[in-house]
Amino acid sequence: MHDPPLDHPPYRATALRHPKEPLVYLPREVAESTGPQLGELRPGPLDHDLTRQHPGEPIGERITVSGRLLDVDGRPIRDSLVEIWQCNAAGRYRHRWDTWPAPLDPNFSGAGRCETDSDGRYGFVTIKPGPYPWGNHPNAWRPAHIHFSLLGRSFEQRLVTQMYFPGDPLFPYDPIFTSVRDERARERMISRFSIDSSQENWALAYEFDIVLGGRDGTPIEEAH
Amino acid sequence: MSRGPTPSQTVGPYFAIGLPWEEGPVAVPEGVRVEGHVLDGAGDPIPDALVEAWSHEPAAFARCPTDDDGRWFVAVPPVPFLSVHVFARGLLRHLTTRIYLKPAADDPVLASVPADRRATLLAERSDDGFRFDIRIQGPGETVFFDV
Repeated sequence: MHDPPLDHPPYRATALRHPKEPLVYLPREVAESTGPQLGELRPGPLDHDLTRQHPGEPIGERITVSGRLLDVDGRPIRDSLVEIWQCNAAGRYRHRWDTWPAPLDPNFSGAGRCETDSDGRYGFVTIKPGPYPWGNHPNAWRPAHIHFSLLGRSFEQRLVTQMYFPGDPLFPYDPIFTSVRDERARERMISRFSIDSSQENWALAYEFDIVLGGRDGTPIEEAH
Repeated sequence: MSRGPTPSQTVGPYFAIGLPWEEGPVAVPEGVRVEGHVLDGAGDPIPDALVEAWSHEPAAFARCPTDDDGRWFVAVPPVPFLSVHVFARGLLRHLTTRIYLKPAADDPVLASVPADRRATLLAERSDDGFRFDIRIQGPGETVFFDV
């Protein structure tokens, strides 16, 4: 199982927020398939660049985050919405509930959107997010991460996840990261640093391919 | 080439800086209004949940974060049922359910749900539309699907 369990005591908020009844299997024949029309959700031309949403530039390490959105057979998922949100370089979210003593950055909102191209490719320009404390247990710190939301091709492919950065020393202490028990599945949440994609005098590059499981409504011959 | 899927992770408490947009709950301005709460295992409202409702014929997509009292609403086409994803802080992967507004008598999914839990999927008529509470845990727990 690549997904984390719903009941995961080390992450305290799961206690009252997981169903106790078993999930009911939804047979494939009745599963839905159509993806949403983007319509109003269609990103504007600058929505992918989180460093250009204010008059000044945000403080922090400028990075690019790019990759491909794929299905489990390696096929690109085209024209699909990718949404991200994150804290600033100091580890603070621009949200009224985030009040820990790290500074807000007037030039950073922390949200971006883009659409995958015909090869399933997406790309963002942003600031590397910082780690932050979250009170789940004594001295609890989240490893730096960027939240990703993917609509995919169908209702069944919907995914919300978090992208991490390679070599983060906080991984073993984070019950959200370690809720994914399979080591190889965990690795798939960690971006890859790329010197080749880094741009001289501009930005370091991280690459992150996202693979959507779930059924995409495309008829597949079942092996019986 | 076959690849393993990227695992799910929680939306966390701060998704409101990125996911909601003003007209998000209103897929159809003159549509049917469906509203309710998202409640936890203690019966308390969840103020950091996100509800997404999809209809397929006609295609429509609505997205609404819960407010401080755990309330959400969507305005959608008059369909027999909505396919729904629920996200929240504390949910390591989203939950999937259906909200039945006018279920067909022979609906195969409703028929596959244990009879004593079926009612948790039926929206209640209200003055201006429908009401549907999403109970994540505890008495009257909503039926969630494995898709």
